[in-house]
Amino acid sequence: MNPVAGGDETWTQRTLQRLRDALFPTLGQSLVSLVLIWLVAAVAYAFIDWALLRAVFTGSDGSACRVPDAGACWPFITHKMGLFLYGRYPEAELWRVHLTYALALAGLVPLFMPGVPHKLALLVYMLAVFPLIAFVLLYGGMLGLDIIVTDLWGGLLLTLVIASVGIAASFPLGILLALARRSELPFVRWSATVYIELVRGVPLVTVLFMASVMLPLFLPPDVTIDKLVRALVGVALFSAAYLAEVIRGGLQAIPRGQYEAADALGLGYWRKTGLIILPQAIRLVIPGIVNSFIALFKDTSLVLIIGLFDLIGIVEQSVQADAKWSSPQTAATGYFFAGAVFWLFCFAMSRASSIL
Amino acid sequence: MGDAFKRWLMRKPWIDAAYDPNVRAVAFQLLLVLALVLVAVEIVLNTAANLQKQNIASGFGFLARTAGFDISQSLVPYTSKSSYGQAFLVGLTNTLLVAVLGIVLATVLGFTLGIARGSPNWLASRLALAYVEVVRNVPLLLQLLVWYVAVLRALPAPQEALALPAGVFVDKRGLHLPRVTLESGGTLLLLALLVSVIGAVWLWRTGKRTREEETVERDPVRLAVWALVVLLPVLALMIAGKTVAYPVLERFNHEGGLSIEPEFLALLIGLSTYTAAFIAEIVRAGLAGVPKGQREAAAALGLSRRHALRFVILPQALRIIIPPLTNQYLNLTKNSSLAVAIGYPDLVSVFSGTVLNQTGQAVEVILITMAVYLAISLATALTMNWFNARTAWAER
Repeated sequence: MNPVAGGDETWTQRTLQRLRDALFPTLGQSLVSLVLIWLVAAVAYAFIDWALLRAVFTGSDGSACRVPDAGACWPFITHKMGLFLYGRYPEAELWRVHLTYALALAGLVPLFMPGVPHKLALLVYMLAVFPLIAFVLLYGGMLGLDIIVTDLWGGLLLTLVIASVGIAASFPLGILLALARRSELPFVRWSATVYIELVRGVPLVTVLFMASVMLPLFLPPDVTIDKLVRALVGVALFSAAYLAEVIRGGLQAIPRGQYEAADALGLGYWRKTGLIILPQAIRLVIPGIVNSFIALFKDTSLVLIIGLFDLIGIVEQSVQADAKWSSPQTAATGYFFAGAVFWLFCFAMSRASSIL
Repeated sequence: MGDAFKRWLMRKPWIDAAYDPNVRAVAFQLLLVLALVLVAVEIVLNTAANLQKQNIASGFGFLARTAGFDISQSLVPYTSKSSYGQAFLVGLTNTLLVAVLGIVLATVLGFTLGIARGSPNWLASRLALAYVEVVRNVPLLLQLLVWYVAVLRALPAPQEALALPAGVFVDKRGLHLPRVTLESGGTLLLLALLVSVIGAVWLWRTGKRTREEETVERDPVRLAVWALVVLLPVLALMIAGKTVAYPVLERFNHEGGLSIEPEFLALLIGLSTYTAAFIAEIVRAGLAGVPKGQREAAAALGLSRRHALRFVILPQALRIIIPPLTNQYLNLTKNSSLAVAIGYPDLVSVFSGTVLNQTGQAVEVILITMAVYLAISLATALTMNWFNARTAWAER
């Protein structure tokens, strides 16, 4: 008896057996599997062929990509990387963007690392302190920093700014709306319900149109309001309504006993809510909250419609308007790059929610 | 005097009132009402002042004025001499068209993927998962641009159009189908359709009753229903006089047939493939929510996997699936407003875009647009609630 050879053989057999169970249990299933294997192979080959084999890797304009049968036009991405990442933010001041990113990571990474103490302090830093620092760093006008007008912000920087301001502003607003909708005061409950249902019933595009066209009309005639701020107001107000519904779900899942126990301890409404109910409710709906944030992150791309150039907007603009780089594959390459960046962020967020 | 005031302040009824929950509730709500009214008044006054300053008319009179622009696709009669009101109708019908078709396609694709997620075939379930993870995590706007700019607009020019079977052509100007025009027998066809629908419903009902009573094999009934639904109109169509116009390549484009714009195709494909990823997750969760015992019971009864899914698992899963599915239908309808990015003439693009720019009446135009989406949302929610009530658990 040879244990090694015997084990080897059974391992092969077992693998084959498992493969057969997984892919070829019956005739019909086998056919399905074969078609799918062919599909995977065809798609994978087409992709490798486009992204590597036929791709153009060097060149200082689109001429190399204009040859027939060329694949991806990678120099378009490498030459425009600065534009895609920062918009027209002045190159000499980019350290301010990098410092902001570093400060954000310094807060976010320990927040998501299990076993790190002082999570609450970190959360307060991220929600209250960091936005102020980020504003001063990015916009300037204080501490000897030059003002960089928001017209120059763009690309991934703008995407991240809109998404993070939207998240930071809509989170407290969403909590307030959810509490209001569960309030015992009829008028409070009624106003919150109307607001939430109205906002959830209309598309973000119309909310952005409203923020961009109607918001200036609502304000006194001598007040002008930055285009980016208008978009931020629209995104935050829109997202808060969705977040409120998620949080309301968490509030409803808290057993009555918790409310009654807090009452019995003599806690008032705000202490009962803040110390007993909300911490439990929010923990329950973390996946839903993260999903809302992912949706908000993807939705930031809609600011293209009111004339702001986030990552997708600036890729689209470069694809459509830059004759120097125009080629049959420029658009596909640019979209692939933007899609890959968005995918990475959204996928990372959905993974992070399972850690929290 | 200060002492007297302090004593007056410290009187018991005052303190009692300040700590009385009812008094607090009324006071708090009065404050909220006051704040909301103040904000509303401020907004109305500012808006009126701003509009006057910019010399913009108000009111809905503009709806009757001549629009003066063309729209590339319309289901209702429209020319550039039509009114803004008619332009609004064109936008609305275009939105509804893409939403309804998108919902049908997304449902079919989403259910297929969701069921594949639970397939015993390893490759099928992994591929469905990969599809969901890729499509869900990329913004819809980007996907629409990909379909429109990188796929449909990258198709060959009309001169080198791809020829498909049955006289269908695809090129960068869209999809060109043969157009069937009825010359006579229109009433016959309508009658046949009516009879087939009524007959199908009747047969389905009676079939259901016998099935429930005698547990007979259901296939003959279903076959008869399908035969009726399919054959009768086909027969009528064959009898009716008609002409078929095939698309023919003229100097610049395929003319004569029925042309479907690439903008519409891109929006339809993009919306339905995107929403399908979300529906797939809902269906997977719904199927997983049916207790395991139901599968085992179905297997013990000797039902095949397909029959178990069709008659035991899916009907129960539907009760979990329908409420979130409604949300996805609403999302698809609202997302169709992204049409504005690729130039499909939907409600937002025609009305909040062109009409707003021409008239400048932002308040009216945006309020009308929002009201329409709200109405669509409410109507969909009501329909789905009705359907949900029909399929919900019978409470025991």
